[in-house]
Amino acid sequence: MQQTTTSKSASLSAHKPKSQLAWIGQIFLAVLAFGALYMVGSNAFQNPTLFVQIVLSGLQLGFVYALIALGYTMVYGIVKLINFAHGDVFMSGAFVSFFAVTRFQMHTWPSRVFIGINPTLSTMIGSLTVILLSMIVCVLMAVTIERVAYKPLRDAPRIAALITAIGVSFFLEFFGALYFVFSPRFIPYERPFDVIAWYISNGIHTIVPGQHPPSNSITFSNIFLYIILASLLVQVFLQFVVRRTKIGIAMRAAAFDKPTARLMGINVDQTISFTFAIGAAFAGLGGVLYAIAYSSIWTQMGILPGLKAFVAAVLGGIGSLPGALVGALIMGQAEALTMGYISTPMRDAVAFSILIIVLLVRPTGIFGEPEKEKA
Amino acid sequence: MEIGFLFISILKIAAIVAWIYGLLWALGHSKWWVKVIGIVVAFGVIQLALSLNFGGFQILTDFDSGLLFQAAGMAMVSLGLNLIYGFNGQFSLGQYGFYGIGAYTAADITYRWVTGDPSGLLVVGFGCILAGLSIWGIQKFISRARGIPVLSSFTLYLIGVIAAGALAVGISGLLSPGLAPLLKTSTGPGALATGIPLQVVFFLSVILAGAFAAIVSFLFGLPVLTLGSDYFGIATLGFTIVVNTLMVNSDTILPFPEMKGGRGMIGIPKLTTWFWAFAFILLVIVIMRNVVRSSTGRSIMSVREDETAAKAMGIDIAGTKLLAFVIGSFFAGIGGAVYAHFIGFLSPGTFNFLVGFNPLIIVVFGGLGSMTGTIAASFGWIFFLEGLLRVLLGQMGTDAPTWRFVLYPITLLLLMLVRPQGLLGTVEWGFLKSKIYPPRQKVQAETDTSSVAEVEAGG
Repeated sequence: MQQTTTSKSASLSAHKPKSQLAWIGQIFLAVLAFGALYMVGSNAFQNPTLFVQIVLSGLQLGFVYALIALGYTMVYGIVKLINFAHGDVFMSGAFVSFFAVTRFQMHTWPSRVFIGINPTLSTMIGSLTVILLSMIVCVLMAVTIERVAYKPLRDAPRIAALITAIGVSFFLEFFGALYFVFSPRFIPYERPFDVIAWYISNGIHTIVPGQHPPSNSITFSNIFLYIILASLLVQVFLQFVVRRTKIGIAMRAAAFDKPTARLMGINVDQTISFTFAIGAAFAGLGGVLYAIAYSSIWTQMGILPGLKAFVAAVLGGIGSLPGALVGALIMGQAEALTMGYISTPMRDAVAFSILIIVLLVRPTGIFGEPEKEKA
Repeated sequence: MEIGFLFISILKIAAIVAWIYGLLWALGHSKWWVKVIGIVVAFGVIQLALSLNFGGFQILTDFDSGLLFQAAGMAMVSLGLNLIYGFNGQFSLGQYGFYGIGAYTAADITYRWVTGDPSGLLVVGFGCILAGLSIWGIQKFISRARGIPVLSSFTLYLIGVIAAGALAVGISGLLSPGLAPLLKTSTGPGALATGIPLQVVFFLSVILAGAFAAIVSFLFGLPVLTLGSDYFGIATLGFTIVVNTLMVNSDTILPFPEMKGGRGMIGIPKLTTWFWAFAFILLVIVIMRNVVRSSTGRSIMSVREDETAAKAMGIDIAGTKLLAFVIGSFFAGIGGAVYAHFIGFLSPGTFNFLVGFNPLIIVVFGGLGSMTGTIAASFGWIFFLEGLLRVLLGQMGTDAPTWRFVLYPITLLLLMLVRPQGLLGTVEWGFLKSKIYPPRQKVQAETDTSSVAEVEAGG
């Protein structure tokens, strides 16, 4: 409270009031930072390959979070709503691809239609079709959710929209958990393409299935590369959309001031729908990649990644696209390092503690702009 | 059969709402003997319905009494959340975390007590007293400094509370061996582990559970309440998740083997009778009403309405927010303790953050900033959910619990779309109504116009 109020008064009275005893907090932060650095550093020094392996797994997690966080950051930036259903859109993306692959064999359609096609090309086209299908279904779902549940409440108090968001989220999770829909169990996920893993030990070698890589080697897989590639491409694409296109300008205008944007002839409702749609598309992409990478899906798989992605978006500064990426990478690393060096259950605690500490030091997140004064 | 059951369920909900109305009316009456008779009658009616048995027919069956106690606990939790969110405007999702902390703390105290180990009560008791003293002292110290950053004050409080805890563990180590023989003898439970002393320990454990939850909420709320409204919500949701994780790992990460981690804590003495549940819910309602209808309550509400204006009126915004948060968590801790000693079994699944949305839904259902609405909604909500489950079980079999969670979001959506301000809005009944002060006599004002002008200029 002190901080936000002082920042408000700071703009009024050019100088900040002097704060006493600030050194106690600084020492506390320094001790925390030193402890974390010492723990990571000593472990990294003992076993460097394990450290690199953990960092790589953190990167994989972080780039998936980045894909989800984009949707959160854009939607929150415009309508100031924590879209709890976003994590479930992510889940639906994974499930759509599961049905496309397992039930309808959609990843093999090129080789069935064009007989004699190159199998690599066939897999590539087939997988892209599956991913595109998931993205389209997610877009339709998000737009429907927005129309049914959020749009009628645009002028109601914000809590009403939040409660409906929670309601939609519960509905998707538990409707999916019914036995005639998906069932509440973990379902093994059949991948549209084979995962090839490599290990680095005197050069890069392919891991033959059924054979263990030698100890002290760093392994990574093609899905790891695809996730990074997809996440970076999406980031560049969104930067382009938001900065250079008409709809992007409309989005920024609506995020800044909705009534004025309306006066300038911008269709704000359409812009908001578009924001939901584009966020959902990339959440769907993230869902498919996540399912391929971790190869098991269930109806509540979206809750925690969704929350972590929102935390990542807040960490990076809400409304900022590169902020979402940076925040997601920090979340991924924090989670992977905690899992590797402290204990698996503590990963959520560490993730949320980082959020609180960062927000205390920088109330608008790493890349966030200072809050504009309300008229 | 299901239709009949549904009808009886609705009848029971209506009866309980009427009971609440009657209780609040009697409490709000100006004559003291009406209040006393009202409380006794309100207690007696439910007690008779629970205990009378006309040849196999009971008005409130075991199933219903389970719902009743659960709803009583839920009403305390939701009233706390209503103070935090409805009256103070801080969007919190962490109420279930404090509920869980209260439940586990109280359960651990009494479980240890009946198994012949007084250290639970001693550590938590001395810890809470010492931590309270140290917080008070540090506050005195901090109030002399100007513009101290939150992080610094948090560090000081953290050190103070940890020191108090360590001291409490030391004191308990000295006192425990002396008390232990009184709790357990070779033949059975000792003098202090049965009868009246056990009831006193139960009462203390409930209050201490609330106090412990309040101290945790103080330490957590101090830095987190400085975040913005939505960020505060996410941080408190994270708190619920972390508390739940700690419960699942209470025997590995935390040093409490008797909590048995994810398998659930068993063997908690079932000490919550209707007398205690009624007493605690009455206590919570009275405290809540007196807080809200005091100058503190008015400053709490003014922070919700407009922070800048409240600050201009000289209200300590950070302190007010923290006060509301701590009182709300205190209620949640009490509710958890009552629930734990009724159910006799605690599992981390009960305090899952998905269930943790329940208090929020109850508060919004009943109407933000309406105490009556919260109490009525928490009773109605529990009976509705369980009634729905019972009806669905006949139709759906094993899918029923899932179907319940499919149908209730739909109810929620419809309610939000049709009536976003909640069922009761800001209506209050009887005791909870704010006092209506009669308008001032205008006789003086007419004769002396200059004073009116002054008042108007001042206002």
